[in-house]
This record gives sequence, structure tokens and C-alpha cells, in this order.
Amino acid sequence: MHIAELQRKSLENRKKVLKYIYHAKAGHTGGSLSILDILNVLYNDVMNVSPENFHSNDRDRFIQSKGHSVEALYVVLADKGFFPEEDLLTLCQYNSPYIGHPTKSIPGIEQNTGGLGHGLPICAGTALAAKKDNSPVKVFTILGDGEMAEGSNWEAMMFAAHYNLDNLCAILDYNKLQITAANEDVLGLEPIDKKLESFGWAVKHVDGHNIEKLSQTLKGLPLEKGKPSFIIAHTTKGKGISYMENVLKWHHGVPSEEQYQLAMEELDKQLQELETKE
Amino acid sequence: MEETKATATANLEVFSEVLQNLAASDKDIMVVTSDSRGSGKLVPFGQKYPEQIVEVGIAEQNLVGVATGLASMGKKAFAVSPACFLTARALEQIKNDVAYSDNPVKLIGISAGVSYGALGTTHHSLHDYAVLRAINNITVVAPADNFETAEAIKAAAEMKSPVYLRFGKKNMPVNLNANATDFKIGKGRVIQEGTNLTFVATGEAVLPCVEAAKLLEKDYNISCKIVSIHTIKPLDNELLLASAANSKPIITVEEHSIYGGLGEAVASLLFQNGFRNKFKIVGLPDDHTVSGSQIEIFNHYGISAEGLKNTALNIIKCD
Repeated sequence: MHIAELQRKSLENRKKVLKYIYHAKAGHTGGSLSILDILNVLYNDVMNVSPENFHSNDRDRFIQSKGHSVEALYVVLADKGFFPEEDLLTLCQYNSPYIGHPTKSIPGIEQNTGGLGHGLPICAGTALAAKKDNSPVKVFTILGDGEMAEGSNWEAMMFAAHYNLDNLCAILDYNKLQITAANEDVLGLEPIDKKLESFGWAVKHVDGHNIEKLSQTLKGLPLEKGKPSFIIAHTTKGKGISYMENVLKWHHGVPSEEQYQLAMEELDKQLQELETKE
Repeated sequence: MEETKATATANLEVFSEVLQNLAASDKDIMVVTSDSRGSGKLVPFGQKYPEQIVEVGIAEQNLVGVATGLASMGKKAFAVSPACFLTARALEQIKNDVAYSDNPVKLIGISAGVSYGALGTTHHSLHDYAVLRAINNITVVAPADNFETAEAIKAAAEMKSPVYLRFGKKNMPVNLNANATDFKIGKGRVIQEGTNLTFVATGEAVLPCVEAAKLLEKDYNISCKIVSIHTIKPLDNELLLASAANSKPIITVEEHSIYGGLGEAVASLLFQNGFRNKFKIVGLPDDHTVSGSQIEIFNHYGISAEGLKNTALNIIKCD
């Protein structure tokens, strides 16, 4: 997909994320805005997956390890045609399948997640099965930075490197904030690149909101033959909305009516700027 | 069981043999181990089918996660690890990745219960029935003899939903009732008929019931029915309700805490269906477990011919 088209999609999907969170009066706003560009590029420019091939074993796999940022995933899947977008009006409502974490009951979702530190081990097993079958399947996951404290991730990292799973790509949504405070104040992550490299992974830093760079990087995998790839995507929690960016309370804050209108105006302005640029 | 002793094997050995047979004609059979191929008697499997065994190292959470990924790609993934670690260290993976996400992983708890004996509580699994019973969408199986083990593994390989099987290390009889050759997950087996009392047992606790029943028959002319409930969940309600219908005392026996296991499952079923039989749950009490070998621990807590005989005599006296 053309870069400008992807950029436009990202802004429109941001509006939708806010629309449905505002409607539900619930959601992980900051993180959803943080991973949205990555998901947009994965689903629309990188992965071989669509409603048409979703039941083929050769489809690429995405498992969202940081399950709580599910609103972004719902919006991207709806946009991709997996289910009608208006279904999201039931987000977090009684008896709705669109709950606050991904589940397989939603078309397009591979695994139920929500507990942290679960995605990467499952992805490693999936990638190994693909290798065993000489299948072209590529496997992707997005992890949160706070989530990196879960020991199971490091078990899976040792495993993926040992088995040379270069069909596996983990993406770190590195917005540097978690629910309590900055990562470095809660439990220091740095130097994360060196830690990942020392576990046998090929590592690359990328601007997690630069569509062009994300596209280039994710299309150019593996970073190194024989090694799993870890993309450290530098992101901004609450990206795109001035008053949300890097502000802790928007981890799962829900905008008021006034804040919602303001957010929409900001995103419309960004859409106009994009059109002018084109 | 004198006649079968010569060929009796540990259920764990049976597991390994059956799995090799299955792997011979099925490339999708995959065994995942956590530095446990020796304890799981899987060294021969690994030698014969090196492409079908995956080592994850001592990392049980990753073991279950990797098995989940394999299963999601259509593999018949057997995650093999000591029951104590598998069902405690990796419980969240079992709950979320396997049961909740409905991935047909076959979880194999080896050296279960107090098989590790004197190695102590870190290595015992006396909680597994209880925690897994409380998790939706997982079948829980503890075979009593070699026959039930072989049949359970063959059935598990073809199951499309999550299943947990646990085995011990000790030699078990080939078949506790050679006439009962029907095996179905979720359906108990009648090991012997009897009129005065019913033993309801599971896993390696069935054998001491058979031995106790012989003493009771010979010395006291007490006739015991014995039911092997190899599937703890879902429970064979039909067989259990029918077995309770004679209003005779029931003794449940398991290599598990008396809390949350077979005994409480059966009690719940019977009580809610109006039965008021004399009822006794035999298992490991809610206490620090005594040290010793499996057999010494069994003897200490009355999971033995002598212990169960005495329990039976007491309950019949009060009947």
C-alpha cells in the first residue's frame, strides 16, 4: 500500500479508536494509540493475512501479547473487513464478544491474550511449527515495554534464538510508560537493545510512528538470517492527541465529551495537513 | 494381581511406548520437554524421532506456550513435564493459552502425586486435580493401569480440546479387569462388582483398593465394588449415581489432597442428587506431607491395603 494511504488510514483509525472508547466509556486509550501505526503497517502492508485467507494454514500470524491495547486491533481488523465496524459499538458491553482483550471469537484474532508474557512463547511455538513444515508463515507479536519484566518472555527469547526462528518477529511498543510510572522508575529496561542482542536476537530501533520506516523494516525481515528479529519501536503513548501524549493517566483514561471533540478536531487537522502535503 | 506382575510396567513407560507407536505413522505427533525427556522415559522416542521432539529447557511457562503454538498450527503437541511444575509454574499458561484459547494441547504430568516421594513437597503434585477442575475446558485424566494409560494416550492424541493426563513412576498392573476392555474418556471402569461397599478411586490409588477388597472379602466376607474414575473431569455421573443407588457406603481414594479432588467431586455429585450414603474421602490430608517413598507415604495416610481395609471396617460398622 502507498505510504500516504497508510498514513491516512492511521489517522482515520485513530479517530475510530477514540470513537469506540468514548462510546464504551472504557478502553486502553494510550497504548492503543501507541501501537496503531505498527498494526496498520503489519495488516495493510506486510502480513499475508486477510478475511479471505484466514482459514488457510499458510497465512501469516499476529498475536497481540499486550492484549489490553485491543481497541487498536479491533479497528484495524474491522477496516480490513474481518467484521462490520459497527459491531464495535458493543465494545465492553454486556454479552458482547468485543471485550477488553483479544479473543478468538472475533474474526481475525489468532489467540486469546490479556495475561502478559504469553504472546511470545506461543509465537515461538507457531514459528517452530512453520519451520518444521517448511511453510512460508511469518509470525509477529507486539509486546509492551512494561510487559518485558515477565520472565516467560525471556524463556521464549532463549528458545527462539536456540531454534534459529528467523520467521519470528517481536515488536516492542516502547512508549516508555506503564500503568504506575515510567518504565525506568518501575523496573529499568535499559539497555534493552543489548539485552535482546545478548539473547541471540537481531535487533533494530525504529520510529514506531514513521510509517515509511516501519514498512521498510518489517518488509525487510529477517534482520539477520538464522536469528529471530526484535524491532524496538519507539512510540508515544497517546500518539496524535496533544493532551494525551506521554501523560500517564491516559493509560486507560476515557475522554470527556469536550476532550473527545478536541481529539477529533486535532485528528481532522492532521488529516487536512496530510492532504495538503499530497 | 499376581498374574500380571511379571509384565506390569510403569504407566510412564507405557506412555513412551504408545507415543512411539503413534509417531511412527503420524508426523504431526510432537513431544515438547522441559529437560524432562529422561524422567519422561522419552530418550528412545527422541532417538527414533528426533524431528518430533522439542526441548525447551527448564522453562515450564515456555513449554506450555510453545506447545500451544505448535497445536495452533495443527500439531498434536504433548507437553511433558513433572506434574508438580507443569500444573503450578505454568498454570496461567494452561488456563489462558490452552484452556481459554481452546488449543488442543495434551498436557502430560509425569511422576505425579507423590511419585517423587522423599524429594519432598516441591516435587509433589497434590493440587493438580483441584486447580484444573476449576478451569473451564480441560479434561483431567489419571489412568490406573497400563491398559487405561495406553487407551487414554491414544484418545488424547485425537482429542480436539485440551486434556491433562498424569502418570506415576511405579509399576502398575497391565489391566485391573481384563474383561473391561471398553475405554472412553469421561466414562469410568468397573474393576469389580460388589454388594457391601464401593471404592471409587483414580490413578495409582485404584490398586490399593483392589488389594484391600481382597482382604475384606477373605477375612470379613465383605464384598466390595471398585470403580476406576480415570477421568476426573468430566465425571462419569451416570456410573457414579448408579453405583450409589444401593445406599451402601462409598470410599473415595486418590493420590491428591482431600481438598478439591475426586472425593469432593463425587461428594458434590451425590449430595446434589439426593444421595446420603456413608461417605469417606481418603487422600493426602491438609498438612505438611510426611517424608518417605511413595509407598511409605501411601501407608502413612492409609492409601494402602491395610489402611483402606480399616477405613472400610469403620464405615461399615457405623452403617
